Amino acid sequence: MHPGFSVIFLTTLIGAGQGLFLALYAAEIAAALNVVALPPARGFFVPGVLLSLAFTGAGAVASLFHLGHPERAWRAMAMWRTSWLSREGIALPSFMLAVFLYGLAHWLEWRATLAIGAVAVVLCLILFVCTGMIYACIKFLQEWASPLTVINYAVLGCASGFTLASAFAAFTADRLVVAYITAAIAFTLLGLGTRCASLLRNSRIKHKSTLQSATGIHHPRIVQKSQGFMGGSYNTREFFHGRSKAFLRSIKWIFLALAFALPLLLLGVSLNHVSAIVLCLAFVVQYAGLIAERWFFFAQSNHPQNLYYQAIS
Amino acid sequence: MTQLALVIDLNVCVGCQACVTSCKSWNTSGSAGSLADFRPYDEDPAGTFFNRVQTFEVGEFPNTETVHFPKSCLHCEDPPCVPVCPTGASYKRKEDGIVLVDYDKCIGCGYCAWACPYGVRELDEKRQEMTKCTLCVDRIYSDALAPEDRRPACVMACPTSARLFGDVHDPDSEVSIAIRERGGYALMPEWGTVPSNQYLPRRKTVINISEDQLVRADSPQKLDTAAPLKPGAKPRSTLDDAANFSG
Repeated sequence: MHPGFSVIFLTTLIGAGQGLFLALYAAEIAAALNVVALPPARGFFVPGVLLSLAFTGAGAVASLFHLGHPERAWRAMAMWRTSWLSREGIALPSFMLAVFLYGLAHWLEWRATLAIGAVAVVLCLILFVCTGMIYACIKFLQEWASPLTVINYAVLGCASGFTLASAFAAFTADRLVVAYITAAIAFTLLGLGTRCASLLRNSRIKHKSTLQSATGIHHPRIVQKSQGFMGGSYNTREFFHGRSKAFLRSIKWIFLALAFALPLLLLGVSLNHVSAIVLCLAFVVQYAGLIAERWFFFAQSNHPQNLYYQAIS
Repeated sequence: MTQLALVIDLNVCVGCQACVTSCKSWNTSGSAGSLADFRPYDEDPAGTFFNRVQTFEVGEFPNTETVHFPKSCLHCEDPPCVPVCPTGASYKRKEDGIVLVDYDKCIGCGYCAWACPYGVRELDEKRQEMTKCTLCVDRIYSDALAPEDRRPACVMACPTSARLFGDVHDPDSEVSIAIRERGGYALMPEWGTVPSNQYLPRRKTVINISEDQLVRADSPQKLDTAAPLKPGAKPRSTLDDAANFSG
């Protein structure tokens, strides 16, 4: 598949925004359980909510660039009964609204913050599932059609969100930094495990569609001599990444280093000596790594339609 | 219930591309809007087509066969492109089973094309709307056309009648009979999409007969009828006599 940058930014940005919100709410739960003191509303929760909304909002804007007709985007909420994309189109604004109300409740010092936050948490998890299922539900894109796709979207979103929360807390709530770093390390390690599981699964995948099933000609040797046109078409642009195998392999190692190894190192260093700059760097590096990870996620999947587009003439 | 579809006979398709140009000509001139062409006479031309004719070489030289393979929307009975559409722009008509796109509702997200294993949907680069074969829905029901012209443009253009059009749910239709009697098959049956368009395979006329069956060993013509029978001997019997007990 061709990796579209609008979708790469959408999924990575909302993932970080969702993870950051979960981190904020986790602090409030911990405070309610008397594990930590409640961080200040206006100094911590409100700017945290604004940061989370900035990330999810930027993701929503990025998604519009994916559309041929963004002015009709509101129509995408219509088919929630059957389409995961439609469900995401409802879940994302709903989650953002709930996070906004959560911030507003903290700003106005309402008592209902825990309840509003709980609703937002549910919407956050629904959004993770919707985003992952958009890819996992296409059964013949076999690299995607796995529960690991949904798990990775959720875990990697939490990993970058908690890394972001660590950097954010370094400026706003000193007492929470170590707890956030620990959680970020845990999610990053978990993400490394689940992403490697999906890499392993996809490296030994056996594609069900063959040139034989695509043409119905039962001969072991079939070679395409012409795809029916000399130039490009939507089918050659949208479904091929157009890069070499070596490039694909190098991106794999780059994302393993940037999304997992380096952030783990930087987060580990920060555990002993908290430095806001190192934590910011950890988030930036991990975010860049997740962009590479998402690029690889698209490029690695083979669409069966590619069987029909193997030779120009 | 009606399910209109095409049946494509690979045995007679000569790969002339007449169906491709005829389809483009009709559908780019239609009320639904034009189909974009970019750099048609320059390097790297690109454009939207509903129908493509591809060519495959089967076997190894010298035992090769060239198969021309027309490909357009298969109007699946269970189209995977329809439920994924977030706006409901992609739909399958109840009355005749044609899978269509409501262009005014399409947001151009391309998700339906991802969800089609056959690669027959093309997002028009200029209109930024998903386009696909309509089975010439604006021809086949048109009152402005003579009844014999109410067929898809590709079917009308085919010089070898490799494209048949009709209702595959009517067991007595031309297409159903062709599928039944000439080995019609569906593409990528592994995904359960149940394509309505089917393909008729290449066929060779082969008689299963061995050499010795061509020559009748006990042909009466070979009997030496000139030699006289011995007195009292039975007339010479042949295989025919053994097989025919009534005599």
